[in-house]
Amino acid sequence: MQFVDEFRNKELIQKTAQEIARRVDPKIQYRIMEVCGGHTFSIYRFGLHELLPPNIELIHGPGCPVCVLPMGRIDEGMSLANDDSVILTAFGDMMRVPGKKGSPLELKAKGRDIRMIYSPLDNLKLAIENRDKKIVFFAIGFETTAPSTALTLIQAKKLGIKNFFVFSNHVLIVPAIRAILDSPDMRIDGFIGPGHVSTVIGCQPYEFISKNYRKPIVISGFEPLDLLESILKIVQQLQEGRNEVENQYNRVVRWEGNRTALKVIQEVFELRPYFEWRGLGFISQSALKINKSYAQWDAEEHFQLNRIVLTDPKSSQCGEVLKGVLKPYQCKLFGKVCNPEHPVGALMVSSEGACAAYYQHTGRKEGITDSL
Amino acid sequence: MNSEQLGQQIELAHGSGGKSTYRLIRSAILPALKNPILESLSDAAVVDYGAGRIALTTDSFVVHPLMFSGGSIGKLAINGTVNDLAVSGAQPRAILLSLIVEAGLPMDVFLREIQAIAEASRIATVPVIGGDTKVVEHGKGDGLYITTTGLGIVDPKVNLSPQRIKPGDQVIVSGPIGDHGIAILLARGEIELEANLGSDSRPLWPLIKAMISVHPAAVKWMRDPTRGGVATALNELSREIKMGVVLFEEMIPLREEVRGACEILGLDPLHIACEGQFVAIVEKDLLLEILKELRKVPGGEEATHIGEIREQPAGVVLAVSSYGGSRRVDMLIGDPLPRIC
Amino acid sequence: MCLAIPGKVIEIISTKDSSPFFQFAVVEISSVRRKVNIELIKEEGVLPGDWVLVHVGFALEKISYQEAQEQLQMLSLLGEEKQFIEEIQGYRLGKEREDGPQDKEL
Repeated sequence: MQFVDEFRNKELIQKTAQEIARRVDPKIQYRIMEVCGGHTFSIYRFGLHELLPPNIELIHGPGCPVCVLPMGRIDEGMSLANDDSVILTAFGDMMRVPGKKGSPLELKAKGRDIRMIYSPLDNLKLAIENRDKKIVFFAIGFETTAPSTALTLIQAKKLGIKNFFVFSNHVLIVPAIRAILDSPDMRIDGFIGPGHVSTVIGCQPYEFISKNYRKPIVISGFEPLDLLESILKIVQQLQEGRNEVENQYNRVVRWEGNRTALKVIQEVFELRPYFEWRGLGFISQSALKINKSYAQWDAEEHFQLNRIVLTDPKSSQCGEVLKGVLKPYQCKLFGKVCNPEHPVGALMVSSEGACAAYYQHTGRKEGITDSL
Repeated sequence: MNSEQLGQQIELAHGSGGKSTYRLIRSAILPALKNPILESLSDAAVVDYGAGRIALTTDSFVVHPLMFSGGSIGKLAINGTVNDLAVSGAQPRAILLSLIVEAGLPMDVFLREIQAIAEASRIATVPVIGGDTKVVEHGKGDGLYITTTGLGIVDPKVNLSPQRIKPGDQVIVSGPIGDHGIAILLARGEIELEANLGSDSRPLWPLIKAMISVHPAAVKWMRDPTRGGVATALNELSREIKMGVVLFEEMIPLREEVRGACEILGLDPLHIACEGQFVAIVEKDLLLEILKELRKVPGGEEATHIGEIREQPAGVVLAVSSYGGSRRVDMLIGDPLPRIC
Repeated sequence: MCLAIPGKVIEIISTKDSSPFFQFAVVEISSVRRKVNIELIKEEGVLPGDWVLVHVGFALEKISYQEAQEQLQMLSLLGEEKQFIEEIQGYRLGKEREDGPQDKEL
């Protein structure tokens, strides 16, 4: 595969890993957070953590849109499927996420009309084919996915589709990074920045990290070579006492981002004053609500949704893992009560959640005992 | 295990062939029906009969859509069952066919599937010698469900037994993996991907016969990795023998189309079903000989060495890459679902 | 957090065939084809042979062959003497810029 296989080249991977080992100061512990769940997934999928010197510690960030949704919010969305006139749609990622009354898959098995879609545009097709039904899209995703929801709404408006609604759970990564930086038990030396979010927002929004918090951040691609090069660049910055925003993924990410994508987000959405993040609590201006001119398609406006507030079990330590205070396997529930089949905490639900990635792809070192 | 660990009700995941299925069988079905033959939980039950051994197996087929690129439910129902016999080292000899038809199924679809069954039975040279037909109310079946039961005669020379596996034994696969699962996913049309890819459904006996007629004792274990894919089959093995199965990531044969679809949808090809491949554990010394034999048979050209048995990590399947990274490959959990994040 | 995959634009679908407002292209990803919305990159201009990054059925950005090539060259020179790198780099990059079309195998 082009633009994929070249970045999985064995010689270059080994060479880059060696260069990292050569550059690090063995006396220093480097704590680097990969903000994005896709990066977490890649690190374990390719076993990259095994190629790094022991004093580089990777901390898994909050960049998993499924993981950060509070359970109450999931139940709110799922309650829509109780209405017989509703077809609830969601990405495959959402289908196994447990709410209090079960996951979308479980509700589907009980007879609710819940369908998996691959693209937000699939909703419009469903809406046209099922005029007597209301299609409600349980929208999730960061800045990468928001433009596709926005364009789908713009299209719905142009086509005059009235039986399509969006339950928006689009969240923004930058406020979450800021919340982590402001957290008193924060212990991070540098960031691997989210590559695909940055195709939309560009690199400029991260400048506060270098200016105000004096930490390096390197926007990174998702292939093994991308991640290793980004780690190398962070190590170099730390060694040289620099703290800059660097763009490792410049084959895709432009410094200024994608103007059209930003424009369509602006057209359809507005900032929520605050939004609750699972594991991190309330973060101001961290999520997108559908704005007035598209209110007609906003599920929160159309359906009388009751706010459902559910707290996670006290014993789950997702917040600590998210902030890098604990490693996934140091959580009391990890692998025992909380596993990918029966997730308790946020980070076990999606395959790119830190705990799930850890559980699926490692485990042998920390001696996970399987529940079987 | 109590019902709490199994969940409150049967979920679709209990039938996906992955971890939930494994648990349901191990903790609910097996204890109730306990006997030594059932306990082996192999693809076919092997029973002593006279001086020899016979293999018996049964399999139900529920697939949507009924027809897909490279096959249909009828073809699948024959090949699935003859392959369960073949990977037990048995030459398939006869099949019983049970049809559950939903009222309203167009007659031409029914006739088409009977033709597909007839053709697959002819190609596999295994006759359908009996059967049953039931019709259920409209809305109570997915058009057509098929159950096939197969009888085979175990080749007296083979000695398949996980107990014979030792560290150093090698893992082979008969060809590229994941074709069937991806072909079905594409045929459903929900994700609007197009690729020139068909199901790999085919009878495996000719390949297996070639392998075991030359080196019967060198083959220690075989499985056709249907639901749950290669990952699930090998996880079950690794747990049973309490050894590690180490796969060499870059050596796993994959068609471009399967790889592409898996990358797009965020799926692991090791979790995707095959209907015309087998994985086997063979003795190291005869690895190359066995591959040579397999590659001589039409359809066996792409047989490949993909891994080996190691003492550690016990009970785990590990995929290692050429540059030194490794990952644990777990069983499939639920059905493979496309990811966007 | 967002799965996006590189694909090659095979053809631009004419607007009247696909949708009254949006523009789509057929994109090939490792022998798998999909219709992809190209609204987000229309302004940059999209042609068959271009490589784009696909996410949930939308092309997010175009992929720069040249940047990819430069990155790989930089990595292949890791550990070499600095002066040597500068010489090689100046030579190679200059050359690639002249004859490095978008659609070339990397």
